[in-house]
Amino acid sequence: MNDGGDALMHVVVAGHGPTGHRLVEALRERDSEGSLRITVVGEETRTAYDRVALTSYLTEDADLGYPAHDAGVEVLTGDPVAEIDRAARTVRTASGRALAYDALVLATGSSPFVPPVEGRDLPGVFAYRTIDDLDAIRDACTAAGAGAGGVVVGGGLLGLEAARALQGLGMDTHVVEVAPWLMPRQLDEGGGAMLRRHIEGLGMAVHAGTPMKGLAGRDGRVARVDLADGSAIEAAVVVFSAGIRPRDELARACGLPVGERGGVVVDETCRTEDEAIYAIGECALVGGQVYGLVAPCFSMAEVAADALLARAAGRASVARFEGADLSTKLKLMGVDVASFGDPFADARDGALGVTYTDPVAGVYKRLIVSDDARTLLGGVLVGDASAYPTLRARIGGTLPGTPEQALFGDVEAADGDLPDATVICSCNNVCAGTIRTAVRDESLTDVAAVKTCTRAGTTCGSCVPLVKKLLDAELTAAGIEVSKALCEHFDHSRAELFDIVRVRGITTFTRLIEEHGRGRGCDICKPVVASILASLGNGHILEGEQAALQDTNDHFLANIQKNGTYSVVPRIPGGEITPERLIVIGEVARDFGLYTKITGGQRIDLFGARVEQLPEIWRRLVDAGFESGHAYGKSLRTVKSCVGSTWCRYGVQDSVAMAIRLELRYRGLRSPHKLKSAVSGCARECAEAQGKDFGIIATEQGWNLYLAGNGGMRPRHADLFASDLSDEDLVRYIDRFLMFYIRTADRLQRTASWLESLDGGIDYLREVIVEDRLGICAELDAAMERHVAAYSDEWRDTLEDPEKLGRFVSFVNAPGTPDPSIVFESERDQIKPVLVTGPRLEVAAR
Amino acid sequence: MTMTTETTIGREAPPGARWIDVCAYDDLLPERGVCAIIDGVQVAVFRTFDGDLYAVSNLDPFCGAHVISRGILGTRAGAPTVASPMYKQVFDLRTGGCLDDPDVALPTFPIRRSATGDRVEVGLSDEHRE
Repeated sequence: MNDGGDALMHVVVAGHGPTGHRLVEALRERDSEGSLRITVVGEETRTAYDRVALTSYLTEDADLGYPAHDAGVEVLTGDPVAEIDRAARTVRTASGRALAYDALVLATGSSPFVPPVEGRDLPGVFAYRTIDDLDAIRDACTAAGAGAGGVVVGGGLLGLEAARALQGLGMDTHVVEVAPWLMPRQLDEGGGAMLRRHIEGLGMAVHAGTPMKGLAGRDGRVARVDLADGSAIEAAVVVFSAGIRPRDELARACGLPVGERGGVVVDETCRTEDEAIYAIGECALVGGQVYGLVAPCFSMAEVAADALLARAAGRASVARFEGADLSTKLKLMGVDVASFGDPFADARDGALGVTYTDPVAGVYKRLIVSDDARTLLGGVLVGDASAYPTLRARIGGTLPGTPEQALFGDVEAADGDLPDATVICSCNNVCAGTIRTAVRDESLTDVAAVKTCTRAGTTCGSCVPLVKKLLDAELTAAGIEVSKALCEHFDHSRAELFDIVRVRGITTFTRLIEEHGRGRGCDICKPVVASILASLGNGHILEGEQAALQDTNDHFLANIQKNGTYSVVPRIPGGEITPERLIVIGEVARDFGLYTKITGGQRIDLFGARVEQLPEIWRRLVDAGFESGHAYGKSLRTVKSCVGSTWCRYGVQDSVAMAIRLELRYRGLRSPHKLKSAVSGCARECAEAQGKDFGIIATEQGWNLYLAGNGGMRPRHADLFASDLSDEDLVRYIDRFLMFYIRTADRLQRTASWLESLDGGIDYLREVIVEDRLGICAELDAAMERHVAAYSDEWRDTLEDPEKLGRFVSFVNAPGTPDPSIVFESERDQIKPVLVTGPRLEVAAR
Repeated sequence: MTMTTETTIGREAPPGARWIDVCAYDDLLPERGVCAIIDGVQVAVFRTFDGDLYAVSNLDPFCGAHVISRGILGTRAGAPTVASPMYKQVFDLRTGGCLDDPDVALPTFPIRRSATGDRVEVGLSDEHRE
């Protein structure tokens, strides 16, 4: 490659919304040859974020940002493409920047449609599309004060989301819909009426079938919405959500064909009339239609990615956009609403509708079937959408039972028989066959792995139950028992063993395996049982039989390194350390000739210690006031912190003190996997708390608690669990979270995948931890109190026990002799291990 | 199975082997290993739950470090095993054979309890010397 990268095909993407983001991700993922150079040009000053979840930005302060692209992608924000020169194949941005392209992709999205009524430009009138819109809406609602009128024009999907946001901001909320019922594009009249009952039950007013006449102002701001029937609604804030218009102005200006009602005309490969220009997402008109839902937009991004890669490789593209499944399931203000297939098919020739209504429970279900009642054509579910994943997957297929059975979810058992071509995840267009193949070929055994591998279930999550069923069916068919067995010695999962040990009061591995297992264990079950016994408080981890269960790290209370030496990490709570203690660490490292490195968790790792040196090293450290940092254990590692309000001019809380408090509380707590935490003193988040198992970010009012994030192989942003907590509530919720995780997680399952595996996710976790839905909070609290009370430094205790110390020798028959095979050379003024023998064999990937 | 001198001597020392005292039987924790160094050769010595003794090379052929004695003991389909603490390959203590890779085996050594029963002895022939 030459230095300008000129040899690469340059793809310019105009627009960085969800669709543009998905295109770039798809290109980067599949372009293994590195044949593309990609530049994204966005209008907003932010990079792409999840527009589907927009309302949660207001109601839960959610971080909607998508993960950043890798460094190979150039992203220009706040500077939209202003002009396309098709002949020269260049674009010019608003700021005048010129970019040459080999291929241009328009992903400019849509703009909200605002009907041409009087008063539409008054202050206090908003659209509902961008984070900037939401910030402005929030400010206007705050200024208007609680109880002021808020009107949403448009009773579709997005309009109801906006209504939820307005109500959350304290407005007296009204929804105005011109059609006779709510969500007219997805629901039939009965479903719309049932939804209206739910919405009104939440205290909102619904005005359906009444067009708006205009907006009236007072003192230069909007004050009233006038309806065509002569009535009027007092309104300090008006939000328009009455449909979208494709942003096709760039295409119009450069002479590309656009549809009669807007939209850049593209073929089924998403290409425009110009062979170097593509259009995807809401700005595109494909098959005569503009799509406003995320799933078809993502499909277009995937199709365009294939076309671009084919172009770069000089081959024909294979992917085609062949229409989209417009099925939808969502939870609107706590009400399940779903629409799938063609919910209006019964209005046409011969199709039959089967309807069930329960006004008491607020449930409405309608299935549309062919005239022989055998083929499912579509349907609507309001109030109970549990049958949605199963029914949606069967659209166009044969109903396995009667329509009544299908309505009441009795077709579940047959899910394993779904045809391969059935779309399971419509957000990411993943078929049953793709999932089956992935499970077989990649030897996947859990839902998390299937999600990573196929993307199924990673957007809205509604298909996850179905993915799980397909996985289980595939595993069963392959003769792999869908087994939770830990290993050949126990038929139980880790969580089940935990309960057995806890309930039966078992304190030894021998009793456990004799009564509940077989054989004598292995390197899988022994450390698991050791961890369970430690979590339940059974004394020192090297006491008696427990010593034989520990992995070498726990057995020597240090971390084994590639040459068989160990590293030592003293605890430095919150990353705060005095000069005197820093000097001690320096002196110990110097005196024992250890390699030193600062860790990511704000402490210091000392490498290259032989087993017989560990007690001497630790005697020095313990005498200086250090204790074990548990870097060797599946246990709490560090609680990282920024410097906080004591020093930082931006800090709003004392993050260091909180980090130290938490680290000292949870030190030594054994868990299914290592645990990391961090506390940030303000929203700038310098401690990177959202990448931790439990992360805390200070607010003016207290602390926001984020749960189940991690870095590592599969990074995951933590979810906001609760906001503005007091110190006491914060600690209480973390106590319960940790103990619940420790009790119920699988072996080596980090909090991130544990949370993903919980049915109901973070909402369920909130019910358990905050609302005590399972009635176990008192027990969890007591368990944590026992842990805190029983904590004792493992290294101090070891130094005081001659029998345990006696195990720290390289050679049983020559205790003073160092291992002659351990050799170092020098690099950058420190030691570096040399393997005298060298690995003799390739280590198979495990 | 109960420990008898015969069961371990049953794995014959080759001609020319010398029996070398390495430690007291009570120095060995059940289901844990130690390392003995004999003429520069590192031998991993294990005592299983039943009290049986095994000796294999301490050199882990997969990683090149002398660490086998620090592995976790257990069983696989009834066979007594040790798992490397480095990359967790499992070896049959009786034969030294790697159960995860049939092409690999650890050298094994004869081992027995002394005539008095309180000591542990490893048999070493010249071929074992490095």
